Amino acid sequence: MKQSKGFSILLITGSFILMLGLILASVRFGYQQTSFIQIVRSFTAFDGSNAHLVIQSVRIPRALIAAAVGASLAVAGVLMQTLTKNPLASPSIFGVNAGAGLAVVIGVTLFNVTSLHSFALLAFLGAGIAIVAVFGLGSLDRNGLSPLQLTLAGAAMTALFGSVTQGLLVLNESALEQVLFWLAGSVQGRDIALLWTALPYIAAGFAIALFFAPSFNVLAMGEDVASGLGVKTGMLKIWIGIIVVLLAGGSVAVAGPIGFIGIMIPHLARKLIGIDHRWLIPLSAFLGANLLLLADLVARYVIMPQEVPVGVMTALIGTPIFIYIARRVGTSS
Amino acid sequence: MKRFVPVRIGQKAVSFLFDKLTFLRVTLALLVAAGIFFISLGLGEVWVSPLDIAKVLFGGGEPFHQLIIRDFRLPRILIALLVGVALAVAGALLQGMVRNPLASPDIIGISGGASVFVVGFLVLFSDSNGALTISIQWLPVAAFLGALLAAILVYSFSWKNGLSPVRLVLIGIGLSMFMNACTTLLMLVGPIYRASQANIWITGSVNGSTWGQVWILFPWVLVLFIISLMMARHVNLLELGDDVTKAMGSPISKQRIVILLLSTGLVGGSVAFAGGIGFVGLMAPHLARKLIGSSYGALIPMSAIIGAALVMLADLIGRLIAAPLEVPAGVFTAAIGAPYFIYLLFKERSKKS
Repeated sequence: MKQSKGFSILLITGSFILMLGLILASVRFGYQQTSFIQIVRSFTAFDGSNAHLVIQSVRIPRALIAAAVGASLAVAGVLMQTLTKNPLASPSIFGVNAGAGLAVVIGVTLFNVTSLHSFALLAFLGAGIAIVAVFGLGSLDRNGLSPLQLTLAGAAMTALFGSVTQGLLVLNESALEQVLFWLAGSVQGRDIALLWTALPYIAAGFAIALFFAPSFNVLAMGEDVASGLGVKTGMLKIWIGIIVVLLAGGSVAVAGPIGFIGIMIPHLARKLIGIDHRWLIPLSAFLGANLLLLADLVARYVIMPQEVPVGVMTALIGTPIFIYIARRVGTSS
Repeated sequence: MKRFVPVRIGQKAVSFLFDKLTFLRVTLALLVAAGIFFISLGLGEVWVSPLDIAKVLFGGGEPFHQLIIRDFRLPRILIALLVGVALAVAGALLQGMVRNPLASPDIIGISGGASVFVVGFLVLFSDSNGALTISIQWLPVAAFLGALLAAILVYSFSWKNGLSPVRLVLIGIGLSMFMNACTTLLMLVGPIYRASQANIWITGSVNGSTWGQVWILFPWVLVLFIISLMMARHVNLLELGDDVTKAMGSPISKQRIVILLLSTGLVGGSVAFAGGIGFVGLMAPHLARKLIGSSYGALIPMSAIIGAALVMLADLIGRLIAAPLEVPAGVFTAAIGAPYFIYLLFKERSKKS
């Protein structure tokens, strides 16, 4: 669907404003009661009270991390789908999360790593290796693998990483306790410093993605057309790989494995704004942020006072949509 | 000497082509599997010589050897064997039905459904002291129900003017991710030692099997195996493609339901006792196909033999490699299976182009 420029700008602005609203709501609502006045006061006149502490050290990092992670996953999904021409392509389907999980578990069981910061580093590494592996598989064939084959390859990688992870955890029970919360995927209890560490990578990913947006449009028309029009498709693919490593790796490093955002959001965004990547990328980013903020907000209330990990929430929301998309893909091929 | 010998018993009662080459290969595979069986009986933390094994099997031998072999090793090896047979036959049937060599019960989420129910069972029926409030014997029932539910869900979501194999696989993958999320949630909610227990179970292990379990699983697998053999000719037809099958007057969707139920029964049974041992349902039928071709009359028994050999071998390695700790058999089947899977994926692709 092609939309007029004015409508596109309106959509993107609208989703941006919605994102700001959700960030505010994410800071405001939760188990610890706070008010909007307290939020303002915690900036202007911090008094060390419980509410102010929660706002400054728990809620604000959490909201910002949710927004950044949601946006990164969505954009990574858009690019993976453009590259593979596969509507089901996304970081979680391709085993990125499982790769990150394996790296973290290896770190914990074999090298006694314990801090969240080292988890982040390991996760980034594991995600990177998984992405390179799947892209390597995908690029062995000029025409690309069919959606079914790519999805199956991802499922196989996920199963491989998953069972090695579980094997390690079986041998080392205390490690299970340490990493179980991480393996569920959550934006809760993350230090804001973690975000500041990952932010340059994520920001670089967004910047490169936007820079190449016109070329992605050409690539989406098919590789032959793209190279006929003078796009260096080989280089462009490598750039996509780099962007996906930065975005998906960065977000799994901060929040652990969170699935389905990279599948759902690109679809929704394409329906709303069409296939022009110059609009599609920013809109997907804001929508992704909104979805994760919302999922995180809901996750606080489902089994209060406990919390559902947001990775579980997105899976609960995402599965019906995945099934909807898969039913359409299964029909066309 | 002719390779094929027609066999007819009675008037139109039983008639089939007897393939000598296939028979020879199946026999060889059977010998290999039997070899693994006896090696498994002997090897372990305590070495028992073949002579002593024979003595125990015929009712004699030292009490110590009797204890090790009869009470510890034999039940778990038999469970491994039965589980291998069940998974391999289920995989062979599913692959024939989906006409895609990449389908297998664990990839389309049937094992995942069983996992959710098992973890749910462990978490929900634990009291505050961590003791189970109802008997652990109900665990297999929970696993089977989970597998069945997953199969029904996968099946009904992929139904759209009939059953498309591609849709079935894609939706299965989506649902297994969903099941994983549910499992993680349940593990987080429950007490940590239950999580660890559940974790072993999800990976798939035959450790701690008992004779009671063998006697439940054996008739179950046997009956379903015989029904599968009877379905073989229908699967042969299904493999030729929808158009041919329809033209031959075969009710495709009805048969697909029967096959799906059969494989769910087989997977449910094995998952109930051994957890999610992965990739056997994928590898065994493949290797079998390579060795004896794709006629299901022979493929089903051959897959069963290879499946049994694979799981027994995985269990043996798991017992030996990090002794005295036990590595679940599922780790090894996945470690061999996943690369094999990716290799297959590429072979399939290059065949098409």
